[in-house]
Amino acid sequence: MATVPVAEGVFTFPSDDPQLIGSRCADCGMVTFPAQGSCPRCGSTGMEEHLLARRGSLWAWTTQSFPPPPPYAGPAGKDFVPFGVGYVVLGDEVKVEARLTEHDPEKLAHGMEVELVLVPFRTDDDGNEVVTFAFRPAAPGPHAAHQRGRQ
Amino acid sequence: MDVAIVGVGLHPFGRFGDTTAIEMGAVAIRKALADAGVEWKDIEFAFAGSYEVDNPDAVVALMGLTGIPFTDVYNGCATAASALTLAANTIRLGESRLGIAVGMDKHPPGAFGADPRLYACPEWYGDVGQFVTTKFFGMKINKYMHDHGISERTLARAAAKNYRNGSLNENAFRRKPLSEDEILGSPYLNYPLTQYMFCSPDEGAAAVILCPAEDAHKYTSTPIYLRATTVRTRRLGAFEVHHPWLPIEETVGPTVDASRAAYEMAGIGPDDVDVIQLQDTDAGAEIIHLAENGFCADGDQEQLYADGATEIDGPLPVNTDGGLIANGEPVGASGLRQIHEIVLQLRGQAGDRQVPGDPRVGYTQLYGAPGTAGVSILTR
Ligand SMILES: [Zn+2]
Repeated sequence: MATVPVAEGVFTFPSDDPQLIGSRCADCGMVTFPAQGSCPRCGSTGMEEHLLARRGSLWAWTTQSFPPPPPYAGPAGKDFVPFGVGYVVLGDEVKVEARLTEHDPEKLAHGMEVELVLVPFRTDDDGNEVVTFAFRPAAPGPHAAHQRGRQ
Repeated sequence: MDVAIVGVGLHPFGRFGDTTAIEMGAVAIRKALADAGVEWKDIEFAFAGSYEVDNPDAVVALMGLTGIPFTDVYNGCATAASALTLAANTIRLGESRLGIAVGMDKHPPGAFGADPRLYACPEWYGDVGQFVTTKFFGMKINKYMHDHGISERTLARAAAKNYRNGSLNENAFRRKPLSEDEILGSPYLNYPLTQYMFCSPDEGAAAVILCPAEDAHKYTSTPIYLRATTVRTRRLGAFEVHHPWLPIEETVGPTVDASRAAYEMAGIGPDDVDVIQLQDTDAGAEIIHLAENGFCADGDQEQLYADGATEIDGPLPVNTDGGLIANGEPVGASGLRQIHEIVLQLRGQAGDRQVPGDPRVGYTQLYGAPGTAGVSILTR
Protein backbone atom coordinates (compact mmCIF):
# COMPACT_ATOMS: atom_id res chain seq x y z
CA MET A 1 0.00 0.00 0.00
CA ALA A 2 1.34 3.37 -1.10
CA THR A 3 0.36 6.94 -0.31
CA VAL A 4 -0.92 8.90 -3.32
CA PRO A 5 -2.19 12.48 -3.78
CA VAL A 6 -5.88 13.05 -4.55
CA ALA A 7 -4.79 14.47 -7.92
CA GLU A 8 -1.52 15.37 -9.64
CA GLY A 9 -0.45 19.00 -9.74
CA VAL A 10 -2.53 20.22 -6.79
CA PHE A 11 0.25 20.23 -4.16
CA THR A 12 3.95 19.33 -4.12
CA PHE A 13 4.24 15.61 -3.33
CA PRO A 14 6.00 13.94 -1.72
CA SER A 15 7.39 16.76 0.36
CA ASP A 16 8.24 17.45 4.00
CA ASP A 17 6.86 20.97 3.56
CA PRO A 18 4.03 20.60 1.03
CA GLN A 19 2.87 23.64 -0.89
CA LEU A 20 -0.18 24.24 -3.05
CA ILE A 21 0.61 24.66 -6.74
CA GLY A 22 -1.01 27.73 -8.22
CA SER A 23 -0.30 29.85 -11.24
CA ARG A 24 0.65 33.48 -11.75
CA CYS A 25 -0.14 35.69 -14.73
CA ALA A 26 3.05 37.01 -16.32
CA ASP A 27 1.13 40.03 -17.60
CA CYS A 28 -0.95 41.27 -14.64
CA GLY A 29 0.30 39.27 -11.63
CA MET A 30 -3.03 37.54 -10.92
CA VAL A 31 -2.55 34.41 -8.81
CA THR A 32 -4.94 31.45 -9.20
CA PHE A 33 -5.44 28.11 -7.52
CA PRO A 34 -5.28 25.51 -8.88
CA ALA A 35 -3.03 26.42 -11.82
CA GLN A 36 -4.96 27.33 -14.93
CA GLY A 37 -3.99 28.13 -18.51
CA SER A 38 -5.37 31.62 -18.84
CA CYS A 39 -5.93 34.63 -16.61
CA PRO A 40 -9.45 35.41 -15.33
CA ARG A 41 -8.53 39.09 -14.93
CA CYS A 42 -6.79 40.00 -18.20
CA GLY A 43 -7.32 36.94 -20.42
CA SER A 44 -3.58 36.38 -20.96
CA THR A 45 -2.45 32.83 -21.69
CA GLY A 46 0.96 33.55 -20.14
CA MET A 47 0.40 31.71 -16.85
CA GLU A 48 3.41 30.42 -14.91
CA GLU A 49 3.53 27.86 -12.10
CA HIS A 50 3.57 29.54 -8.71
CA LEU A 51 3.89 27.86 -5.30
CA LEU A 52 1.64 29.30 -2.58
CA ALA A 53 2.48 30.20 1.02
CA ARG A 54 1.98 27.43 3.60
CA ARG A 55 0.46 29.68 6.28
CA GLY A 56 -2.35 32.14 6.07
CA SER A 57 -5.43 33.49 7.80
CA LEU A 58 -8.97 32.15 7.73
CA TRP A 59 -11.18 34.55 5.72
CA ALA A 60 -14.49 32.65 5.75
CA TRP A 61 -15.52 29.27 7.16
CA THR A 62 -18.30 26.80 7.80
CA THR A 63 -18.71 23.13 8.66
CA GLN A 64 -19.76 20.21 6.48
CA SER A 65 -21.92 18.18 8.83
CA PHE A 66 -23.49 15.75 6.33
CA PRO A 67 -21.85 13.52 3.69
CA PRO A 68 -21.78 15.48 0.42
CA PRO A 69 -23.61 13.95 -2.56
CA PRO A 70 -21.62 12.35 -5.38
CA PRO A 71 -19.08 12.98 -6.84
CA TYR A 72 -17.78 13.11 -3.24
CA ALA A 73 -15.62 10.00 -2.93
CA GLY A 74 -14.72 10.05 0.78
CA PRO A 75 -16.13 8.10 3.71
CA ALA A 76 -19.94 8.19 3.78
CA GLY A 77 -22.68 6.71 5.93
CA LYS A 78 -21.54 5.82 9.44
CA ASP A 79 -17.91 6.32 8.43
CA PHE A 80 -18.48 9.99 7.54
CA VAL A 81 -16.56 12.44 9.69
CA PRO A 82 -17.69 16.09 9.61
CA PHE A 83 -15.06 18.54 8.45
CA GLY A 84 -14.55 22.27 8.29
CA VAL A 85 -14.33 24.24 5.04
CA GLY A 86 -12.97 27.73 4.59
CA TYR A 87 -11.19 30.24 2.42
CA VAL A 88 -7.63 30.95 3.53
CA VAL A 89 -5.77 34.12 2.50
CA LEU A 90 -2.29 33.02 1.43
CA GLY A 91 0.58 35.48 1.07
CA ASP A 92 -1.77 38.37 0.28
CA GLU A 93 -1.97 36.79 -3.19
CA VAL A 94 -5.02 34.54 -3.29
CA LYS A 95 -7.81 33.05 -1.17
CA VAL A 96 -7.87 29.25 -1.42
CA GLU A 97 -10.91 27.17 -0.48
CA ALA A 98 -9.90 24.11 1.50
CA ARG A 99 -10.94 21.53 4.02
CA LEU A 100 -10.14 22.45 7.63
CA THR A 101 -8.97 19.78 10.06
CA GLU A 102 -11.13 21.40 12.74
CA HIS A 103 -14.94 21.27 12.55
CA ASP A 104 -15.90 22.49 16.02
CA PRO A 105 -17.34 26.01 15.58
CA GLU A 106 -15.97 26.90 19.01
CA LYS A 107 -12.44 26.33 17.73
CA LEU A 108 -12.75 28.24 14.46
CA ALA A 109 -12.69 32.03 14.06
CA HIS A 110 -12.47 34.52 11.24
CA GLY A 111 -8.89 35.76 10.95
CA MET A 112 -7.28 32.88 12.82
CA GLU A 113 -3.90 31.69 11.59
CA VAL A 114 -3.82 28.32 9.82
CA GLU A 115 -1.21 26.18 8.09
CA LEU A 116 -1.23 23.65 5.28
CA VAL A 117 -1.11 19.92 6.05
CA LEU A 118 -1.73 16.77 4.03
CA VAL A 119 -4.36 14.50 5.57
CA PRO A 120 -5.44 10.91 4.85
CA PHE A 121 -8.75 11.10 3.04
CA ARG A 122 -9.78 7.69 1.67
CA THR A 123 -8.47 4.37 0.37
CA ASP A 124 -8.61 3.91 -3.40
CA ASP A 125 -9.56 0.75 -5.34
CA ASP A 126 -5.92 -0.42 -5.34
CA GLY A 127 -5.63 -0.11 -1.57
CA ASN A 128 -3.55 3.06 -1.69
CA GLU A 129 -4.01 5.73 0.96
CA VAL A 130 -5.23 8.88 -0.80
CA VAL A 131 -4.14 12.15 0.83
CA THR A 132 -5.56 15.60 0.27
CA PHE A 133 -4.73 19.07 1.54
CA ALA A 134 -6.29 20.83 4.50
CA PHE A 135 -5.51 23.70 6.84
CA ARG A 136 -5.14 23.29 10.59
CA PRO A 137 -5.06 25.94 13.31
CA ALA A 138 -1.49 27.20 13.75
CA ALA A 139 0.12 28.78 16.76
CA PRO A 140 -0.03 32.55 16.17
CA GLY A 141 3.22 33.95 14.80
CA PRO A 142 5.06 36.80 16.55
CA HIS A 143 3.35 39.45 14.40
CA ALA A 144 -0.12 37.95 14.36
CA ALA A 145 -2.74 39.84 16.29
CA HIS A 146 -6.11 38.50 15.21
CA GLN A 147 -9.55 38.76 16.66
CA ARG A 148 -10.49 35.31 17.81
CA GLY A 149 -13.79 36.03 19.46
CA ARG A 150 -17.14 35.62 17.75
CA GLN A 151 -20.14 37.77 18.39
CA MET B 1 -42.04 49.50 -25.55
CA ASP B 2 -43.53 48.71 -22.16
CA VAL B 3 -44.46 45.11 -21.49
CA ALA B 4 -47.50 43.97 -19.51
CA ILE B 5 -48.24 40.72 -17.70
CA VAL B 6 -51.85 39.75 -18.40
CA GLY B 7 -51.96 36.19 -17.11
CA VAL B 8 -50.25 34.07 -14.48
CA GLY B 9 -50.63 30.41 -13.58
CA LEU B 10 -49.03 28.06 -11.07
CA HIS B 11 -48.96 24.32 -10.48
CA PRO B 12 -48.52 23.91 -6.72
CA PHE B 13 -44.96 23.31 -5.48
CA GLY B 14 -44.15 20.15 -3.53
CA ARG B 15 -44.07 16.41 -4.25
CA PHE B 16 -46.52 14.96 -6.74
CA GLY B 17 -45.75 11.27 -7.23
CA ASP B 18 -45.79 10.19 -10.86
CA THR B 19 -46.93 13.52 -12.30
CA THR B 20 -44.25 14.63 -14.77
CA ALA B 21 -42.68 18.07 -14.99
CA ILE B 22 -44.21 18.47 -18.47
CA GLU B 23 -47.67 17.72 -17.08
CA MET B 24 -47.17 20.29 -14.33
CA GLY B 25 -46.00 22.79 -16.95
CA ALA B 26 -49.21 22.22 -18.90
CA VAL B 27 -51.30 22.83 -15.78
CA ALA B 28 -49.50 26.13 -15.14
CA ILE B 29 -49.96 27.17 -18.80
CA ARG B 30 -53.70 26.37 -18.75
CA LYS B 31 -54.15 28.42 -15.58
CA ALA B 32 -52.27 31.36 -17.10
CA LEU B 33 -54.32 31.14 -20.31
CA ALA B 34 -57.55 31.13 -18.29
CA ASP B 35 -56.29 34.07 -16.22
CA ALA B 36 -55.63 36.07 -19.40
CA GLY B 37 -58.81 34.87 -21.09
CA VAL B 38 -56.95 33.54 -24.13
CA GLU B 39 -56.40 30.16 -25.77
CA TRP B 40 -53.17 28.33 -26.53
CA LYS B 41 -53.64 29.00 -30.26
CA ASP B 42 -53.45 32.76 -29.48
CA ILE B 43 -49.90 32.41 -28.09
CA GLU B 44 -47.35 33.58 -30.67
CA PHE B 45 -44.10 32.50 -28.97
CA ALA B 46 -42.84 30.76 -25.84
CA PHE B 47 -39.77 30.40 -23.64
CA ALA B 48 -39.51 27.46 -21.25
CA GLY B 49 -37.06 26.95 -18.40
CA SER B 50 -36.08 23.66 -16.76
CA TYR B 51 -33.11 21.95 -15.12
CA GLU B 52 -34.32 18.36 -15.27
CA VAL B 53 -36.20 18.46 -18.59
CA ASP B 54 -33.95 18.72 -21.65
CA ASN B 55 -36.74 19.95 -23.90
CA PRO B 56 -39.52 21.56 -21.88
CA ASP B 57 -41.00 22.76 -25.20
CA ALA B 58 -42.34 19.18 -25.43
CA VAL B 59 -45.25 20.60 -23.43
CA VAL B 60 -46.78 21.39 -26.85
CA ALA B 61 -47.70 17.70 -27.02
CA LEU B 62 -50.21 18.46 -24.26
CA MET B 63 -51.13 21.99 -25.32
CA GLY B 64 -51.28 21.82 -29.09
CA LEU B 65 -48.71 21.68 -31.89
CA THR B 66 -49.21 25.18 -33.23
CA GLY B 67 -45.73 25.60 -34.72
CA ILE B 68 -44.77 28.69 -32.69
CA PRO B 69 -41.13 29.63 -32.01
CA PHE B 70 -40.50 27.92 -28.66
CA THR B 71 -37.07 28.31 -27.03
CA ASP B 72 -35.77 26.34 -24.06
CA VAL B 73 -33.66 28.16 -21.48
CA TYR B 74 -31.43 26.94 -18.69
CA ASN B 75 -29.48 29.41 -16.56
CA GLY B 76 -29.09 27.82 -13.14
CA CYS B 77 -31.22 29.31 -10.36
CA ALA B 78 -31.77 32.35 -12.61
CA THR B 79 -33.42 30.20 -15.30
CA ALA B 80 -36.87 31.70 -14.85
CA ALA B 81 -35.50 35.25 -14.81
CA SER B 82 -33.76 34.50 -18.10
CA ALA B 83 -36.92 33.04 -19.66
CA LEU B 84 -38.89 36.10 -18.53
CA THR B 85 -36.24 38.53 -19.79
CA LEU B 86 -36.14 36.82 -23.19
CA ALA B 87 -39.94 36.80 -23.44
CA ALA B 88 -40.13 40.49 -22.51
CA ASN B 89 -37.43 41.37 -25.03
CA THR B 90 -39.30 39.46 -27.73
CA ILE B 91 -42.36 41.65 -27.08
CA ARG B 92 -40.11 44.74 -27.13
CA LEU B 93 -38.83 43.74 -30.58
CA GLY B 94 -42.36 44.44 -31.77
CA GLU B 95 -42.88 41.41 -33.97
CA SER B 96 -44.98 39.33 -31.60
CA ARG B 97 -47.90 40.52 -29.48
CA LEU B 98 -48.63 37.65 -27.09
CA GLY B 99 -46.12 35.28 -25.59
CA ILE B 100 -45.58 33.00 -22.60
CA ALA B 101 -42.72 32.19 -20.25
CA VAL B 102 -43.09 28.85 -18.46
CA GLY B 103 -40.88 27.07 -15.96
CA MET B 104 -41.16 23.48 -14.76
CA ASP B 105 -39.07 21.04 -12.76
CA LYS B 106 -39.17 17.78 -10.84
CA HIS B 107 -36.01 17.24 -8.80
CA PRO B 108 -35.03 14.13 -6.91
CA PRO B 109 -34.74 14.74 -3.12
CA GLY B 110 -31.46 15.86 -1.55
CA ALA B 111 -28.66 18.27 -2.39
CA PHE B 112 -27.79 18.65 -6.05
CA GLY B 113 -24.95 16.46 -7.28
CA ALA B 114 -23.12 17.31 -10.49
CA ASP B 115 -19.75 17.02 -12.22
CA PRO B 116 -17.58 19.92 -11.01
CA ARG B 117 -15.81 20.02 -14.39
CA LEU B 118 -19.07 21.29 -15.88
CA TYR B 119 -18.66 24.36 -13.64
CA ALA B 120 -15.03 25.00 -14.65
CA CYS B 121 -13.88 23.41 -11.36
CA PRO B 122 -11.29 20.61 -11.13
CA GLU B 123 -12.44 17.02 -10.68
CA TRP B 124 -10.76 16.66 -7.26
CA TYR B 125 -12.94 19.53 -5.95
CA GLY B 126 -15.89 17.13 -6.01
CA ASP B 127 -13.87 14.10 -4.89
CA VAL B 128 -12.85 15.77 -1.60
CA GLY B 129 -16.38 17.00 -0.84
CA GLN B 130 -16.12 20.74 -1.54
CA PHE B 131 -18.45 20.83 -4.56
CA VAL B 132 -21.45 21.48 -2.31
CA THR B 133 -23.68 24.53 -2.73
CA THR B 134 -24.96 24.55 0.85
CA LYS B 135 -21.49 24.98 2.33
CA PHE B 136 -21.01 28.11 0.24
CA PHE B 137 -24.17 29.57 1.77
CA GLY B 138 -22.88 28.61 5.23
CA MET B 139 -19.56 30.37 4.63
CA LYS B 140 -21.16 33.46 3.12
CA ILE B 141 -23.65 34.10 5.94
CA ASN B 142 -21.14 33.13 8.66
CA LYS B 143 -18.75 35.80 7.40
CA TYR B 144 -21.59 38.28 6.90
CA MET B 145 -22.77 37.73 10.50
CA HIS B 146 -19.22 38.24 11.75
CA ASP B 147 -18.72 41.41 9.71
CA HIS B 148 -22.13 42.99 10.33
CA GLY B 149 -23.30 41.76 13.74
CA ILE B 150 -26.15 39.46 12.72
CA SER B 151 -27.21 36.76 15.22
CA GLU B 152 -28.39 33.19 14.74
CA ARG B 153 -31.74 34.30 16.19
CA THR B 154 -32.19 36.57 13.16
CA LEU B 155 -31.60 33.60 10.85
CA ALA B 156 -34.35 31.77 12.71
CA ARG B 157 -36.66 34.78 12.50
CA ALA B 158 -36.28 34.89 8.71
CA ALA B 159 -36.98 31.15 8.34
CA ALA B 160 -39.93 31.19 10.79
CA LYS B 161 -41.46 34.12 8.91
CA ASN B 162 -41.29 32.18 5.64
CA TYR B 163 -42.83 29.02 7.12
CA ARG B 164 -45.56 31.20 8.63
CA ASN B 165 -46.24 32.88 5.27
CA GLY B 166 -46.19 29.47 3.58
CA SER B 167 -48.92 28.27 5.94
CA LEU B 168 -51.16 30.96 4.35
CA ASN B 169 -50.36 29.78 0.81
CA GLU B 170 -52.40 26.85 -0.56
CA ASN B 171 -49.75 26.28 -3.27
CA ALA B 172 -46.78 25.99 -0.86
CA PHE B 173 -44.76 22.80 -0.17
CA ARG B 174 -44.24 23.41 3.56
CA ARG B 175 -47.45 24.63 5.17
CA LYS B 176 -46.66 24.01 8.86
CA PRO B 177 -45.40 26.97 10.87
CA LEU B 178 -42.15 26.26 12.73
CA SER B 179 -41.03 28.18 15.79
CA GLU B 180 -37.70 29.98 15.95
CA ASP B 181 -36.55 27.54 18.63
CA GLU B 182 -37.47 24.50 16.51
CA ILE B 183 -35.48 26.03 13.64
CA LEU B 184 -32.48 26.81 15.86
CA GLY B 185 -32.73 23.35 17.44
CA SER B 186 -32.56 21.40 14.19
CA PRO B 187 -29.10 20.01 13.32
CA TYR B 188 -26.48 22.21 11.74
CA LEU B 189 -25.96 21.25 8.09
CA ASN B 190 -23.36 23.92 7.39
CA TYR B 191 -22.71 26.12 10.42
CA PRO B 192 -24.45 28.46 11.27
CA LEU B 193 -27.24 27.17 9.01
CA THR B 194 -29.49 24.46 10.43
CA GLN B 195 -31.63 21.97 8.52
CA TYR B 196 -34.81 24.05 8.77
CA MET B 197 -33.04 27.18 7.49
CA PHE B 198 -32.61 25.65 4.02
CA CYS B 199 -35.06 25.23 1.15
CA SER B 200 -35.30 21.84 -0.55
CA PRO B 201 -35.37 20.93 -4.22
CA ASP B 202 -38.91 19.85 -5.16
CA GLU B 203 -41.43 19.95 -8.02
CA GLY B 204 -43.69 22.52 -9.59
CA ALA B 205 -44.38 24.83 -12.51
CA ALA B 206 -45.37 28.43 -13.19
CA ALA B 207 -46.28 30.42 -16.28
CA VAL B 208 -46.60 34.12 -17.19
CA ILE B 209 -48.29 35.59 -20.29
CA LEU B 210 -46.95 38.88 -21.67
CA CYS B 211 -48.04 41.40 -24.28
CA PRO B 212 -47.28 45.00 -25.26
CA ALA B 213 -48.63 47.41 -22.63
CA GLU B 214 -50.91 49.03 -25.20
CA ASP B 215 -52.73 45.71 -25.72
CA ALA B 216 -53.08 44.85 -22.04
CA HIS B 217 -56.63 46.03 -21.52
CA LYS B 218 -57.84 43.65 -24.23
CA TYR B 219 -57.10 40.84 -21.78
CA THR B 220 -57.46 42.18 -18.27
CA SER B 221 -58.65 45.12 -16.21
CA THR B 222 -55.63 44.69 -13.92
CA PRO B 223 -52.49 44.54 -16.07
CA ILE B 224 -49.19 44.48 -14.25
CA TYR B 225 -46.34 46.23 -16.03
CA LEU B 226 -42.86 44.76 -16.20
CA ARG B 227 -40.71 47.87 -15.69
CA ALA B 228 -37.37 46.08 -15.64
CA THR B 229 -35.85 42.63 -15.99
CA THR B 230 -32.11 42.17 -15.67
CA VAL B 231 -29.68 39.26 -15.47
CA ARG B 232 -26.06 39.67 -14.36
CA THR B 233 -23.18 37.28 -13.70
CA ARG B 234 -20.38 37.58 -11.15
CA ARG B 235 -17.42 39.87 -11.69
CA LEU B 236 -13.87 39.05 -10.61
CA GLY B 237 -13.68 39.39 -6.83
CA ALA B 238 -17.31 38.57 -5.99
CA PHE B 239 -17.73 35.87 -3.30
CA GLU B 240 -19.63 33.18 -5.21
CA VAL B 241 -20.63 29.54 -5.14
CA HIS B 242 -18.41 26.84 -6.74
CA HIS B 243 -15.13 28.76 -6.64
CA PRO B 244 -12.08 26.75 -5.48
CA TRP B 245 -10.30 30.07 -4.99
CA LEU B 246 -10.98 33.80 -4.92
CA PRO B 247 -8.73 36.75 -5.74
CA ILE B 248 -7.61 39.15 -3.01
CA GLU B 249 -9.51 41.98 -4.67
CA GLU B 250 -13.18 42.09 -3.66
CA THR B 251 -16.28 43.45 -5.34
CA VAL B 252 -20.05 43.28 -4.94
CA GLY B 253 -22.02 40.24 -6.10
CA PRO B 254 -24.11 39.91 -9.28
CA THR B 255 -27.29 40.61 -7.32
CA VAL B 256 -26.05 44.14 -6.59
CA ASP B 257 -25.23 44.67 -10.27
CA ALA B 258 -28.57 43.26 -11.47
CA SER B 259 -30.44 45.30 -8.85
CA ARG B 260 -28.81 48.63 -9.68
CA ALA B 261 -29.40 48.05 -13.39
CA ALA B 262 -33.06 47.20 -12.76
CA TYR B 263 -33.68 50.31 -10.65
CA GLU B 264 -32.09 52.44 -13.35
CA MET B 265 -34.10 50.76 -16.12
CA ALA B 266 -37.35 51.20 -14.18
CA GLY B 267 -36.67 54.69 -12.87
CA ILE B 268 -37.76 53.34 -9.51
CA GLY B 269 -35.80 53.17 -6.25
CA PRO B 270 -35.89 50.72 -3.34
CA ASP B 271 -37.93 53.21 -1.26
CA ASP B 272 -40.73 52.95 -3.82
CA VAL B 273 -41.07 49.15 -3.52
CA ASP B 274 -44.11 47.84 -1.63
CA VAL B 275 -43.69 44.05 -1.81
CA ILE B 276 -40.49 42.02 -2.21
CA GLN B 277 -39.50 38.50 -3.31
CA LEU B 278 -35.90 37.50 -2.55
CA GLN B 279 -33.93 34.30 -3.20
CA ASP B 280 -33.96 32.52 0.16
CA THR B 281 -32.08 29.36 -0.70
CA ASP B 282 -31.38 29.61 3.01
CA ALA B 283 -32.40 32.07 5.71
CA GLY B 284 -29.02 33.77 5.50
CA ALA B 285 -29.38 34.41 1.78
CA GLU B 286 -32.62 36.34 2.36
CA ILE B 287 -30.89 38.48 4.99
CA ILE B 288 -27.92 39.26 2.75
CA HIS B 289 -30.15 39.87 -0.28
CA LEU B 290 -32.23 42.40 1.64
CA ALA B 291 -29.14 44.63 1.75
CA GLU B 292 -27.78 43.64 -1.68
CA ASN B 293 -31.02 44.83 -3.29
CA GLY B 294 -30.87 48.18 -1.55
CA PHE B 295 -33.65 47.70 1.01
CA CYS B 296 -31.38 48.31 4.03
CA ALA B 297 -27.76 48.83 5.02
CA ASP B 298 -25.57 45.86 5.97
CA GLY B 299 -26.29 45.00 9.60
CA ASP B 300 -29.67 46.74 9.81
CA GLN B 301 -31.36 43.37 9.35
CA GLU B 302 -30.75 42.48 13.01
CA GLN B 303 -33.20 45.18 14.10
CA LEU B 304 -35.52 44.94 11.08
CA TYR B 305 -36.31 41.26 11.66
CA ALA B 306 -36.67 41.78 15.42
CA ASP B 307 -39.18 44.56 14.69
CA GLY B 308 -41.19 42.45 12.24
CA ALA B 309 -40.39 44.82 9.37
CA THR B 310 -40.27 41.97 6.83
CA GLU B 311 -43.66 40.52 7.82
CA ILE B 312 -46.66 40.75 5.47
CA ASP B 313 -47.94 43.78 7.40
CA GLY B 314 -44.49 45.36 7.88
CA PRO B 315 -42.89 48.14 5.85
CA LEU B 316 -40.66 45.66 3.93
CA PRO B 317 -42.80 42.56 3.27
CA VAL B 318 -40.43 39.85 2.03
CA ASN B 319 -41.42 36.47 0.56
CA THR B 320 -45.12 36.84 1.31
CA ASP B 321 -45.85 33.39 -0.20
CA GLY B 322 -43.21 31.71 1.97
CA GLY B 323 -40.34 32.08 -0.48
CA LEU B 324 -38.12 29.15 -1.36
CA ILE B 325 -38.02 28.00 2.26
CA ALA B 326 -41.75 27.17 2.21
CA ASN B 327 -42.15 26.47 -1.51
CA GLY B 328 -38.94 24.59 -2.23
CA GLU B 329 -36.99 25.17 -5.41
CA PRO B 330 -38.00 23.59 -8.69
CA VAL B 331 -35.21 25.52 -10.38
CA GLY B 332 -36.87 26.22 -13.72
CA ALA B 333 -40.10 27.46 -12.12
CA SER B 334 -38.89 29.23 -8.99
CA GLY B 335 -38.49 32.72 -10.45
CA LEU B 336 -41.87 32.61 -12.17
CA ARG B 337 -43.44 31.65 -8.82
CA GLN B 338 -41.97 34.92 -7.52
CA ILE B 339 -43.58 36.82 -10.41
CA HIS B 340 -46.90 34.99 -9.84
CA GLU B 341 -46.95 36.12 -6.21
CA ILE B 342 -46.08 39.73 -7.02
CA VAL B 343 -48.81 39.86 -9.68
CA LEU B 344 -51.39 38.57 -7.17
CA GLN B 345 -50.19 41.07 -4.56
CA LEU B 346 -50.34 44.06 -6.94
CA ARG B 347 -53.81 43.01 -8.14
CA GLY B 348 -54.99 42.70 -4.52
CA GLN B 349 -55.75 38.99 -5.03
CA ALA B 350 -53.38 37.45 -2.49
CA GLY B 351 -56.11 36.52 0.00
CA ASP B 352 -54.94 35.77 3.55
CA ARG B 353 -51.43 36.92 2.75
CA GLN B 354 -52.38 40.16 0.98
CA VAL B 355 -50.02 43.03 1.81
CA PRO B 356 -52.19 45.87 3.17
CA GLY B 357 -52.14 49.41 1.85
CA ASP B 358 -52.82 48.81 -1.85
CA PRO B 359 -49.25 47.90 -2.97
CA ARG B 360 -48.23 49.39 -6.32
CA VAL B 361 -44.60 48.31 -6.85
CA GLY B 362 -43.21 44.76 -6.59
CA TYR B 363 -39.66 43.43 -6.79
CA THR B 364 -38.20 39.96 -7.42
CA GLN B 365 -34.62 38.67 -7.15
CA LEU B 366 -33.12 35.29 -8.03
CA TYR B 367 -29.60 34.10 -7.31
CA GLY B 368 -27.78 30.86 -7.98
CA ALA B 369 -24.77 28.89 -9.11
CA PRO B 370 -22.24 29.67 -10.35
CA GLY B 371 -22.90 33.35 -9.56
CA THR B 372 -25.88 34.51 -11.61
CA ALA B 373 -28.62 36.89 -10.49
CA GLY B 374 -31.87 38.11 -12.00
CA VAL B 375 -34.04 41.03 -10.88
CA SER B 376 -37.50 42.17 -12.01
CA ILE B 377 -39.48 45.27 -11.06
CA LEU B 378 -43.23 45.27 -11.60
CA THR B 379 -45.87 47.98 -11.14
CA ARG B 380 -49.62 48.32 -11.46
ZN1 LIG C 1 -3.56 38.55 -16.12
